Amino acid sequence: MSRTAFINARLVDPASGLDERGNLLVADGKIADLGPNLFSDGIPDDAEIVDCRGHILSPGLIDCRVFTGEPGAEHRETLRTASLAAAAGGVTTLIVMPNTHPVIDDVALVDFIERRARDTGIVHIHPMAALTKGLSGAEMTEIGLLKEAGAVAFTDGDHAVANAQVMRRAMSYAGHFGALIVQHAEVPELATGVMNDSELASRLGLSGIPAIAETIMIERDLRLLETTGGRYHVAQISCAASVEIIRRARGNGLKVTCGVSAAHLALNENDIRGYRTFFKVSPPLRSEDDRKALVAGLADGTIDIIVSGHNPQDADAKRHPFAEAAFGAIGLETLLPASLALVHNGDVPLTRLLGALTFAPADLLGLQTGRLAAGLPADLVLIDMGMPWVVEAAKLRSTSKNTPFEDRRVQGRALRTMVGGRTVHVHGDGGH
Amino acid sequence: MTSAEKQLPPIFPHRHLLGIEGLSAADITALLDLADTYVEQNRQVDKKGSVLRGRTQINLFFEASTRTQSSFELAGKRLGADVMNMSVGSSSVKKGETLIDTAVTLNAMHPDLIIIRHASSGAVELLSQKVSCSVVNAGDGAHEHPTQALLDALTIRRRKGRIEGLTVAICGDILHSRVARSNILLLGAMGARVRVIAPPTLLPRGIDRFGVEVFHDMRKGLEGCDIVMMLRLQLERMSGSYVPSQREYFHYFGLDYEKLGHAKPDALIMHPGPMNRGVEIDSAVADDINRSVIREQVEMGVAVRMAVLDALARNLPNELRL
Repeated sequence: MSRTAFINARLVDPASGLDERGNLLVADGKIADLGPNLFSDGIPDDAEIVDCRGHILSPGLIDCRVFTGEPGAEHRETLRTASLAAAAGGVTTLIVMPNTHPVIDDVALVDFIERRARDTGIVHIHPMAALTKGLSGAEMTEIGLLKEAGAVAFTDGDHAVANAQVMRRAMSYAGHFGALIVQHAEVPELATGVMNDSELASRLGLSGIPAIAETIMIERDLRLLETTGGRYHVAQISCAASVEIIRRARGNGLKVTCGVSAAHLALNENDIRGYRTFFKVSPPLRSEDDRKALVAGLADGTIDIIVSGHNPQDADAKRHPFAEAAFGAIGLETLLPASLALVHNGDVPLTRLLGALTFAPADLLGLQTGRLAAGLPADLVLIDMGMPWVVEAAKLRSTSKNTPFEDRRVQGRALRTMVGGRTVHVHGDGGH
Repeated sequence: MTSAEKQLPPIFPHRHLLGIEGLSAADITALLDLADTYVEQNRQVDKKGSVLRGRTQINLFFEASTRTQSSFELAGKRLGADVMNMSVGSSSVKKGETLIDTAVTLNAMHPDLIIIRHASSGAVELLSQKVSCSVVNAGDGAHEHPTQALLDALTIRRRKGRIEGLTVAICGDILHSRVARSNILLLGAMGARVRVIAPPTLLPRGIDRFGVEVFHDMRKGLEGCDIVMMLRLQLERMSGSYVPSQREYFHYFGLDYEKLGHAKPDALIMHPGPMNRGVEIDSAVADDINRSVIREQVEMGVAVRMAVLDALARNLPNELRL
């Protein structure tokens, strides 16, 4: 099989803290070797040479929270279109949610996702399976068999598992398999609103979702976790209080991790002004103080991973009065620049930021990728940190165009994306 | 009539009336001054004017409202417009689809003014982006109801001679009330002191940052007030969800003579209607011709809506659009 030589790279491996000039050789789909002195005896003749011109060569991004429409709502997004968007955004592994029709709550459906991913996708795609059958929140799925079939974690996606007894038993049972439970932390009875519960919501006449809808659910689950053991992950936290709760629980030795979406790191509730439904997401965008606390939580390691929360919704679902519009925003292609803004602002160091997008999610899900290390799959992204561009929805590869970053000036792009040694995206080849 | 006669000077620098937010005190005063002239016109035998002659006005109500819709209809007709009423059931499953489709369809009929009421906050603003005529918000969700606030202001100004410096108490279901939001904005812009009186469950988050004083005790809240503005409380919110019962609500927040005694002796009583007699307001208080201006509010409503339609129509193009 062919070989690729990346030369003149800025090698950044967040897991080891490596950040230095050097070269990297890919052979047989794997990282063969890397380092500053590699190729000091010359580049192999048969290798394709990629001159990185000093740009960052990083492990490819891993996005742990992606909704698609396959199966059941392919007009919104298929695994293929999601993978095209991922590749363009520097994402080499994406994890799809079970919220499809039918729900991914059965071994046959996990097999279906894996087959479709293999046949149609251009990046690695793994499913999280439903934690409860049909996302009903009532009966747990076949956690053991689903895990063996390839489900990387268990979640009801954008549904909260509200019943405490169901969650207690699921945690207890899943712990035995070492399975990770991912919760959409929201008390449904408190989360009947459509945006953050705030003065702005009152002025707009919109009903609010208070932060306690999230914090009460996290606190409850942590109490359960104390008694059951097991591994528990909060899919997306949105407020300052949640950062504090996770920080404290970690201090007490609980096995809890959490994620945040790039949108919640970049935007706040004020973006909703004018009833802009593309900013209607779940959990809701909150105040600027909350956003700052999330950034701080990411910087100090309280927040483990950054996700896109990619949730494609077609125009018909969004062209409604705010209260009636669907929740969700796409994010695969804006994950990298929206996150990099924190580095440009000096809020989060580069290796910390890329770590939350590479080895941290890999470790969370037990994936053999996310690092620059010999022997690992060549899942790589070449990043121009400083490249400015303007997000144009029409040019994004997702089938649905509901981006909250439309017309925004951002900085940072994936110049080249490689998955398992195969180049799946080169900047400038179509699209944006 | 020549087009030169028809071209009245513009007085209102906005294409639509979507809310009180964004209006200056001068904008509000201009509308109230114009409305004053229509109050007089409406008391004549011949009430018919012609400033909207040739114009088409559509009343598009996604939420039933006999009183606001008939007020807008009468206002348009008295100004000479052709008025069409459309009541669209809001129970249809895909409300929003109906909403934008309906707007686009109506727009193709070349209306000059569309009056819209909708149950969702922001729906009227959304529609205004899809049409090429002027839009008046006749109430959107819990957001705004600007003509109600204007008619309330007109009623107050005619009775008290001013708005600035008055103390106005707004009592009841502030949380769900677009009337309260528009009134808080308008009265604040015109220099009144605004109080809100309600149980905590019926107050929106952050209300203390709206420039109002908040009271949970009605007697204290009414102390020294010039105006007592009561709001309607929907019956389904009074059976344990927001307040425990009608009886308890009336006991603490219903307006009766005893509580009214805490306001100024000449305090006026207002209500946007329709009233729940015996729930938020005692029947005798509501009908007290010395204190209650509730019927007068209805009269001012027609005049204010005429002023709004007139003011917006002055900004409409008078030449054929090609």
